[in-house]
Amino acid sequence: MNLASLTHDLAFMTPEVVIAIGAMLLVLIGAFVSKSAYRAITYLSVVVLLVAGFLGVQYAPDNAQILFNGSYVVDSFGGFAKLIIALTAACAILLSADYLAERNLEKPEYPVLALLAVLGMYVMVSAHDLLAVYMGVELQSLALYVLAAYARDDRKSSEAGLKYFVLGALSSGILLYGVSLIYGFTGTINFGKLLTIAKDSSNVGLIFGMVFVLSGIAFKMSVAPFHMWTPDVYEGAPTPSTAFFATAPKMAAAILLGRFLFEAFGEVVAQWRDVVSIMAVLSMFVGAIFALQQTNMKRLLAYSSILNMGYAMVAIAAGPVYGPSALLLFTAIYAITSVGMFGVLLSMRDAKGKEITNISGYSGLSKQRPLLSLALTIMFFSITGIPPLLGFFGKFQIFIAAVDGGVMPLALILVIASVISAFYYLRVLKVVWFDEPSVEIVGGLATTKVTVTGVTLMIALLTPFIGLIYTASMTAGHLFK
Amino acid sequence: MMEIGLTHYLAFAAALFTIGVFGIFVNRKNIIVILMSVEMILLAVNVNFVAFSVFLGDLVGQIFAMFVLTVAAAEAAVVLAILVVYFRNRGTIAVDDLNVLKG
Repeated sequence: MNLASLTHDLAFMTPEVVIAIGAMLLVLIGAFVSKSAYRAITYLSVVVLLVAGFLGVQYAPDNAQILFNGSYVVDSFGGFAKLIIALTAACAILLSADYLAERNLEKPEYPVLALLAVLGMYVMVSAHDLLAVYMGVELQSLALYVLAAYARDDRKSSEAGLKYFVLGALSSGILLYGVSLIYGFTGTINFGKLLTIAKDSSNVGLIFGMVFVLSGIAFKMSVAPFHMWTPDVYEGAPTPSTAFFATAPKMAAAILLGRFLFEAFGEVVAQWRDVVSIMAVLSMFVGAIFALQQTNMKRLLAYSSILNMGYAMVAIAAGPVYGPSALLLFTAIYAITSVGMFGVLLSMRDAKGKEITNISGYSGLSKQRPLLSLALTIMFFSITGIPPLLGFFGKFQIFIAAVDGGVMPLALILVIASVISAFYYLRVLKVVWFDEPSVEIVGGLATTKVTVTGVTLMIALLTPFIGLIYTASMTAGHLFK
Repeated sequence: MMEIGLTHYLAFAAALFTIGVFGIFVNRKNIIVILMSVEMILLAVNVNFVAFSVFLGDLVGQIFAMFVLTVAAAEAAVVLAILVVYFRNRGTIAVDDLNVLKG
């Protein structure tokens, strides 16, 4: 590799370079200017993310560019995902500012770690060989473990960090074992070469390796049966960290799994469709049924994310022709709605400023905070999939993809799971609108308010522009044909 | 004298991997033991990579093994830091005491 091709390849990686340099500069500012710079660093990291998100789209060429000897790919599929990842991560960082300041946790490390996690996600969505996949996943996970254990003096938070690490490391181990099998039985770790090798031979070792890698990524996506860590980590981690976990990393892992299966094993759909379908059905049912008995809002949203990742698996099972655009559209809308729901969660504070996480604490919210209740209602309706809100279009697209892609039973199960899940979302809304107030509820602080308002308006008002988003996801998803 | 071939390396790595996974799930004593099991899984993967690399006559496997070693070191640093915080809060690192979060 000569210098000219190196600069050519690096130019396409400008968004990643911006995040990396931004994170390093901010950590230096944090080290030399100390605690007083926390706010400035938070806002600067949001700016870095917004710049990187738009550069991610800007630098996404119409034809996929394969860089660095085939280990990295820049295309519109990744560009779309990068924009949404950066946007939701920026929202999550904004949500963290007031929460951390209130609890004396306002250290500059938080936004810097979040930036590094986003860098890992960028590498995940653009990876074109298994080494890049591994490095991206680890960069993201190592930063997330620390964010889970961020509230140092809170026993729940450190336990969440530890649990997240143990299961995360196990999943990385499983992923790596799969990578080693794939490498051993084919002699390559490159997606493009794997595609031709997988087509020509029905190699048992290769299929074993593929299933191991699939399981490893499913862990990161929190798809059943690899979902055990999700409710515990969501409950224990500080709420802004949970808001982060539920959005950008989920999307990155789903896109990574999509790219891995569509790009490296797109010719042998029959080899992985059954595994993906079983995981989809399991997580739809786990997500829909176990959520019914939850009393804690954070745990409820954990099961909600398991459920939604089940839907994403349906999109993947639809195959490389119909799946990608549905996967992009759905995960994007899910991530945006999800960050909004956590914004509402962070706005729920009692008179002493303590956060209210129990669903019973939401009773009579509509009488005290009508606007906040309205925002929560819009978000819950959107994630249930009630038209004309954004969430409907994501689910509808998956339904269409499942029918066209020949996995009709999954489409039916998707509808059944949606109906069951509507029950627990509506139960919360019943508590909010029809029960008598029990505790005094003080709304969120400045940055939380801004984020919740922004996201709510987006969900409610973007519907007329759904055609635009739809076209974008369709063009981005058509690469694998 | 028996020739040691690829199969032996693979069987050894598979055994190491299985012991590591069982070490995480069956172990009821100490979190440090879980960390050792995680390291063992990563080493099993490295044995696989290096064995394949030699038998394929291809360097990628050995480079991958170097990356795995580096990341494993970073991972150990992060988890030991979390473990110290955890011990400060709870005064114990027994696996059975990991029970504040349950549902």
